[in-house]
Amino acid sequence: MSLATPRDADGRAMLGVLGLGSAAELFDQVPESIRLSGALSLPGPLSEPELLAHLEELAERDLHSGKAPCFAGGGIYDHYSPAAVDHLIQRGEFLTAYTSYQPEMSQGFLTAMYEFQTLVSRLYGLDVSNTSLYDAGTGLAEAALLAYEKTRRNRIVAANAINPRYLECLRTVLGPETSSDLVEIPPKGGLTDLQALEAALDDSVACVIVQQPSALGTIENLPAVVEAARRVGAKVVVCADPIAMGILQPPGEAGADIAVGEGQPLGLPMSYGGPLLGLLATTKDFVRILPGRVVGATVDRNGKRGYVLTLQTREQHIRREKATSNICTNQGLCALAATIYLCLMGPRGLRRVASLCVTQSHRLRAGLEGTAFRPLYKAPFFREFAVESPLPVEELQQRMGEAGFIVGSDISALTGVENSLLLAATESRTDAQIDAFVSALKGVA
Amino acid sequence: MNEEGLIFEREVPEGGCLPLPGDEATDALAESLLAGVTLRAQPAPLPDVPEWEVVRHFTRLSQRNWGVDTGFYPLGSCTMKHNPRVNEVAARLPGLARVHPDQHPAQVQGMLRLLKTLEEALAEISGMDAVTLQPPAGAQGELTALLCFQAYHRSRGDLGRTRIIVPDSSHGTNPASAARCGMTVQTIQSNAQGLTDLSALDAALDDTVAGFMLTNPNTLGVFEPQVEEVCRRVHGAGGLVYCDGANMNALVGVARPGDMGFDALHFNVHKTFSTPHGGGGPGAGPVAVKRHLEAFLPVPRIVEGADGMLRLDSEYPQSIGKVHSFSGNIGPLVRAYAYIVNHGPLGLREVTERAVLNANYLLSRVREAYDLPYASPPMHEFVLSADRQKALGCRGLDVAKRLLDYGFHAPTVYFPLIVSEALMIEPTETETKRSLDAFADALLAIARECEEQPDIVKEAPHRAYAARLDEVLAARRLDLRYEPEEEG
Amino acid sequence: MAYPSELKYTEEHEWVKVDGDTVTVGITSYAAEELGDIVFVDMPGAGATVAKGDTFGTIESVKTVADLFAPVSGEIVAVNEALEDTPETVGEDPYGAGWIIKIKMSDPADLDALLSSEDYAAKL
Repeated sequence: MSLATPRDADGRAMLGVLGLGSAAELFDQVPESIRLSGALSLPGPLSEPELLAHLEELAERDLHSGKAPCFAGGGIYDHYSPAAVDHLIQRGEFLTAYTSYQPEMSQGFLTAMYEFQTLVSRLYGLDVSNTSLYDAGTGLAEAALLAYEKTRRNRIVAANAINPRYLECLRTVLGPETSSDLVEIPPKGGLTDLQALEAALDDSVACVIVQQPSALGTIENLPAVVEAARRVGAKVVVCADPIAMGILQPPGEAGADIAVGEGQPLGLPMSYGGPLLGLLATTKDFVRILPGRVVGATVDRNGKRGYVLTLQTREQHIRREKATSNICTNQGLCALAATIYLCLMGPRGLRRVASLCVTQSHRLRAGLEGTAFRPLYKAPFFREFAVESPLPVEELQQRMGEAGFIVGSDISALTGVENSLLLAATESRTDAQIDAFVSALKGVA
Repeated sequence: MNEEGLIFEREVPEGGCLPLPGDEATDALAESLLAGVTLRAQPAPLPDVPEWEVVRHFTRLSQRNWGVDTGFYPLGSCTMKHNPRVNEVAARLPGLARVHPDQHPAQVQGMLRLLKTLEEALAEISGMDAVTLQPPAGAQGELTALLCFQAYHRSRGDLGRTRIIVPDSSHGTNPASAARCGMTVQTIQSNAQGLTDLSALDAALDDTVAGFMLTNPNTLGVFEPQVEEVCRRVHGAGGLVYCDGANMNALVGVARPGDMGFDALHFNVHKTFSTPHGGGGPGAGPVAVKRHLEAFLPVPRIVEGADGMLRLDSEYPQSIGKVHSFSGNIGPLVRAYAYIVNHGPLGLREVTERAVLNANYLLSRVREAYDLPYASPPMHEFVLSADRQKALGCRGLDVAKRLLDYGFHAPTVYFPLIVSEALMIEPTETETKRSLDAFADALLAIARECEEQPDIVKEAPHRAYAARLDEVLAARRLDLRYEPEEEG
Repeated sequence: MAYPSELKYTEEHEWVKVDGDTVTVGITSYAAEELGDIVFVDMPGAGATVAKGDTFGTIESVKTVADLFAPVSGEIVAVNEALEDTPETVGEDPYGAGWIIKIKMSDPADLDALLSSEDYAAKL
């Protein structure tokens, strides 16, 4: 018996009170011309054990990172999520709660979100944060809108290699007109071509976007980009990986105005690319126009400290067509998971994760010396780097899959080099796995 | 009382740090490998807390939070139904949770088959021809559909269609999403029954209209009996019609928006299909469209080859692009799939019937004490007005706060805008008669309190996790992050 | 509820105090009451020019945001910076300390379109 169907005694009793013969009578208001006469053609029903067996059978068809070490990257990474994270977010009071519109019933979640805002703004070295956006791609669009609002200019310059999917989201969400207003500066040696950037900047530019590490895995000189942007009065948006923030100079320290990022590495499973976690932090200047939900501290009637959603007047449910954004549901439980992750890691833990990303990815790269897999750039890198493959990437993926390893897809549109891909190694990749991976690569070359 | 401060108050300098591989030599090696790179001046300022303190802190926070698991949560238009735990197990199966979006399609046929079957099921449920699972929330689904409308008109050279019409009862995301597309928004007044005023609609229709957005049943919980005529008129003027599917819990298995004439619809899987609300997400807002809009859907799409192999295809030149970095909020989508397959077609129909029965029963128990400004029989939700109580000095907000003392989460207040002192109540099907009666008894008791001792209502809540909070102070003196006390 | 007779008014609930070629602008007690507790006033910088009917800023309460409309055209010569720290002054003393901006008029004929206190009260 499905959990969603209450017992018949209740149903009969309520129908009796309403004086109805059957539940079908409740739908008399639906015109006959559109009322369905038969059942929909849908799979099921399956009882709970049958359902699980069915899903297990589907899941068994997939090659997952528990069976095959994952060396794919490009924004989604196979990081370790501490066990306590998944346990805590499954507590029913968190899992099954709605947005905290009645703060007196949601102090738990609101407190955690206040902590989240604190941690994200600190991680990026900036002043304020919100309670999350959908992902880094839509986050980038929101950041551009903030820059438009403040500068009243409409051009965007992408200073280095930005994840093409994020740029595609930016273009879609900002509308067809954006395509002419978005300028991409081709990288040089995998990094920002400062000369070309400066040549492209003038006082029609609302913001300069730079990804750190870049979509090619390389580590950028942020202050140089910031300085170039400042000279024309453009805002600086850094799309910064949160794990890299454990070791690299954060955007706020480099002088940036806005940071966005993909929070999936902070305790969320890869889950085929969703749900994700859009991080956003800004300087004080943008606080009154921050998109999404924002939690603020206050007191109750008895003078006790508490938390509420604040600045709601910018949001869709009040401003409607004049809202700064249309966002309603965000990524609440994912933000909670990230908060717990960061609290469990602490400053030394996050630093260690970042250090291991560096050591393991560099071990991988060193292992490729003398093989047919040629790294494309000499620039410093954090967790992943681009290589040219001797065979087509699709074929490489299949052959490496058979050998028990996961690699990602072709990025030649980004590098301009045929058969190129990113290879990533997180703290989850042991020395033994890396060495076995390198052997397997040699085997297929 | 389970008071709980901030995690920062539990810090133990050097006391935290989950044991991880490596040691100080690892950190030193990393630094030397990054010679020449500008590193952080200080370690990231995160709290230093041992695991047991973290667990204790978040456990205690959860005890100061209310979920569907805790009790009745009748938020109108949110469909706070039970979240079956088998769906949590399903989503955590490693073959579904531990796959990377860039893997070769041959390695993720299980995931792709699940998603494709879900697309087909949603098309069947809505009476549409094609589905995208990519929008990560309902509002993003609205945006996606409106961008498709815009692309459709442009593809036909119809560049002057830049206006979206919405009823005054619509959810705020409707006009916000339209404005986000760069379209102008025109709001038309509903008629005396709270339904679409056909003459107001006619007056608004001309060749600059891109589309009309309608929620059906509407935000009053009432079905639009003239919905087919509405769609005909908008089509007649060359516009398209969008269905906000937030209220699909009243229609699944009973009627299909596609059959009513709608061109596009979004679902909220975190409403209709039981995926957890998670304190405000993640959800998912799949969009279903008629054939003439299919070419514009976001990419990649899931396509099936002659050999039965599924893959992702981005070769759709007319696509609007992407509304999510990858393929959408897969986790919630897996749960929605499990829910649909668990119930099957008859089970889903029973859900709909019970949702509407529960709402009608609950209304019958409370309508003597509260105003019901729009008296048409509701479907899965209804909107009361606390005007009678306001005359006694107790506003809708006060009634909502007093419900917290009776052990219930308040319904939605002050929405839809067309009802004064609105209390929007949606019980869903996962409530027993006993639970509904207890809530009805509480509402009746509060109505009596408004007459006999209004102060207790005006100063509520008295027994929630906090007393009434000062939202004015929160907006005036912005305090959005923890700042440690300055050391004297 | 007072609508001081020496002031002029707009249909958008602003009051105007004329002083030679400069006017002081604020919102009426009616508007302040409708808004509820004021939490923020978004004002332009001094030196900006406005045309009659332009939105020159917004005023925010917990539950709503309202646009502020310029009653006359001209240059904004002063802005009530005290409102940045104590926006509640607008509600407490709407016609005095709660003034918002001062405009030096470019066309005094703009005043002719304004309402007297009786006409404003009648429109409510």
